[in-house]
Amino acid sequence: MKRRSFILGGIGLGGALIVGWGVLPPRSRLGARDTLPFVEGAVSLNGWVRIAADGTVVVAVPRSEMGQGVYTALPMLVAEELEVPLAQVRVEQAPIDAIFGNVAVLVTGLPFHPDQDGSELVRASEWIVAKLGRELGLQVTGGSTSVRDAWRPMREAGAAAREMLIAAAAKHWGAAPAQCSISNGVVRHLDGRRVSLRDLIGELREVPLPAEVRLKAVQDFILIGKPAPRLDVPDKVTGRARFGIDVRLPGMLFAALRMCPTIGGTLRSVDPSPALAVPGVVRVSTLAAAAGGAPAVAVVANSWWTAKRALDRLRIEWDEGPNSGMSSDWLLARLRGALGAEDGFTFYERGNGEAALKRAVQLVEAEYRAPHLAHAALEPINCSARFADGRLAIWAPTQVPSVLRHVAARAAGIDADKVDLTVTLLGGGFGRRLEVDFVPQAVWLARDVAPAPVQLIWSREEDTRHDFYRPAAVAKMKGGLDANGGPLAWVTKSASDAIVPQYVKRTYPALAVETPDKTTIEGLFDQPYEFPHCHCAHVTHHSPVPIGFWRSVGHSHNAFFTECFIDELAYAARRDPLDFRRRLLAHHPRHHAVLDLAAAKAQWGRVGPGRAQGIALHESFGSIVAQVAEVSLAKGKIRVHRVVAAIDCGTVVNPEIVAQQMESGIVFGLTAALYGEITISGGRVEQLSFPQYRMLMLAETPRIETHLVRRDAPPGGVGEVGTPPIAPAVANAVFRLTGRRLRSLPLRLES
Amino acid sequence: MRIVLIVNSARREIDVDPEMPVLWALRDLLGLTGTKYGCGIGACGACTVLIDGRAKRSCRVTAAGANGKQIRTIESLGPEHLHPLQRAWIGHQVPQCGYCQSGMLMAAAALLARNPHPSDAEIDAAMTNICRCGSYPRVRAAIHAASQALRDAV
Repeated sequence: MKRRSFILGGIGLGGALIVGWGVLPPRSRLGARDTLPFVEGAVSLNGWVRIAADGTVVVAVPRSEMGQGVYTALPMLVAEELEVPLAQVRVEQAPIDAIFGNVAVLVTGLPFHPDQDGSELVRASEWIVAKLGRELGLQVTGGSTSVRDAWRPMREAGAAAREMLIAAAAKHWGAAPAQCSISNGVVRHLDGRRVSLRDLIGELREVPLPAEVRLKAVQDFILIGKPAPRLDVPDKVTGRARFGIDVRLPGMLFAALRMCPTIGGTLRSVDPSPALAVPGVVRVSTLAAAAGGAPAVAVVANSWWTAKRALDRLRIEWDEGPNSGMSSDWLLARLRGALGAEDGFTFYERGNGEAALKRAVQLVEAEYRAPHLAHAALEPINCSARFADGRLAIWAPTQVPSVLRHVAARAAGIDADKVDLTVTLLGGGFGRRLEVDFVPQAVWLARDVAPAPVQLIWSREEDTRHDFYRPAAVAKMKGGLDANGGPLAWVTKSASDAIVPQYVKRTYPALAVETPDKTTIEGLFDQPYEFPHCHCAHVTHHSPVPIGFWRSVGHSHNAFFTECFIDELAYAARRDPLDFRRRLLAHHPRHHAVLDLAAAKAQWGRVGPGRAQGIALHESFGSIVAQVAEVSLAKGKIRVHRVVAAIDCGTVVNPEIVAQQMESGIVFGLTAALYGEITISGGRVEQLSFPQYRMLMLAETPRIETHLVRRDAPPGGVGEVGTPPIAPAVANAVFRLTGRRLRSLPLRLES
Repeated sequence: MRIVLIVNSARREIDVDPEMPVLWALRDLLGLTGTKYGCGIGACGACTVLIDGRAKRSCRVTAAGANGKQIRTIESLGPEHLHPLQRAWIGHQVPQCGYCQSGMLMAAAALLARNPHPSDAEIDAAMTNICRCGSYPRVRAAIHAASQALRDAV
């Protein structure tokens, strides 16, 4: 299948379902006064803004706070247009409504090459997908899209609310709107009179929503672009912050479970009596596999520790199923076999890559590999649920409230409008909490102990062993250089399993369809280097291992393949890796600028004895990041001393959060680069907890500097973009230091 | 078994399995959820509390082992006003998801209590808590800042 016909076919199918729908204007995302739940004494101005009885501005945030700062960055967008200081704003988790659907996550998932931006096909596809997205109302926090998606609707919501405040003030004073203004949270009359927001609530109930609004010009921004302290931090240093695991309800019970350790296995039998004999134990339940998860035995008790200890007393007989001989080596051999035997799906083609390789003066070939990885969010998977009075209440740390509600309703056999979901703070997400495998478990346990509320907590061991792992991948890289050492051909073929079709199958089985998945090849096919001839294909190879979205998804390993291989080409051309990259970016000034900034700030080429620098550049999620890593070896181990990062993420909303996320992405990526590996033996994941699945510690953390390239373009992503470049930056430094090219993750010198 | 814990200066008598770790006694029996469960084997430090002034991973201390002892949790690190570490944590914008930060702060509090002006190497050695969000560089900076604030206050 040619990719163009696939894309057009897919969009045509979507459009054909709703005849005539395509010409209607896209659904407005401003919402109505009744979008937000009614609160006594308060007034809602639209779907995003409410003025509380005390005059506080309440902003509904439809994305989940998992550390990336959305509870601060998104309210800043509203506050900017509303002309109120951030200190006057309080965040509330948005309910489920179509206006809160993440449109950007769908649009950015289209498999286009960035150089195609602005073409007819791209524009038409993006328009129709954006329109579809507004109907779907998929509330998802992922793909580094929170600010990108909210950039217009939340500023518009703030601007619309501002117009209503002005209209209400005019009514209050019997003045013309032009005589009234608001700045820094204070509503004023030209004659100097002031009125508090609290005292405008009556009038605000009567003024209409404005038909249209005008957004501020970039040069008029007061909040956007300047560091602002995070609104969620004070509660996070006093223990007051409530995560999913901290939900406490009267009469709450706690559940621990054990899932079948063998992938694809089933429960044969269990005798519940040893657990039931433990004081405090209420019940033993068996739980079917659902939403991609594994079958389980659960114990419910009056404390989690009691439930867990009782669970440990059970002798559970599992039927290991068809995968009991599966190992990581076997999976790798199959992946390599598929890579050799199949052509795969061509995501990108320019010129004729294979033909150009044949006339290359220098041909470089290499195989790269990446392992499965677990997310290891520090807050283990958990979910609280209660069945009472015909309704199901759920409290969950989740990245996908709308998907979760759908899956919970399906598990409970009730309508989605009978499910009340509260999204809590997330103790890390990283893509793991896009999954809802734990939701049917919690729902069924709540049904078993109804009307008591129950909190299901997975142990660390279950969390590690039953993740949806970053797919393992293999790539065959080929590069051709001309007589001058210049770029001629870039030909890649990679193989891995594909996440998106698996995800759809486990959450919306009715929609499951085998489609080429951009996440398999992102970072390989869309790299910016200017080779006249390119050919990038991917072989999707199914394996029984559950796979999912892991911070930066395909970029997490494809950046390693791409940026190490570019480095190999630089050395083949006998050029400095920085100069070589610059030469390949003549028509990519943004990339060029980011690369130069990182190199300049890191003083590229100037390091002390025993150390070396490596550089990597990678675009992902609408932002461009370059990193220079300074590395040495100590007793055969890689030690990273300093990382200098430069980022162009378009308009910066909160530079403090951008810096924080760069640090976060680097530590996350460095952890994986140095230690990250999930292995399978006998059909079971071998790692159980942190001693086997090691995390970077404070003592191993490099100094990290972040430098911003300021641009007025719409914002790019921030939460994931720091992760991809660090593994290749470190590997490239190791090569410079040792002459050894490490082409497999994690980076190991010993083998 | 009846056990007495002095939690944040208050005497709490609980009827509990003597083997129950202090972590779960705090969370499930006493309603103090600031102390977090991360691994249950003392590897991550999310459950760090002070027991008789020393940083302990509360998932590895049984209720019986803590009988009669003074336990301080994140809820009372700065009961009246914020502890210098909490102020430094805000000033340096340390937390991201925040899940590890209770344990991180308690470990830092124990460090400063015995060594008010630690070097980088001493911080590296003492701070072995896991932060999956990568707040480490800011943890280090904030400990130095709190240390400086203590010095200035003298």
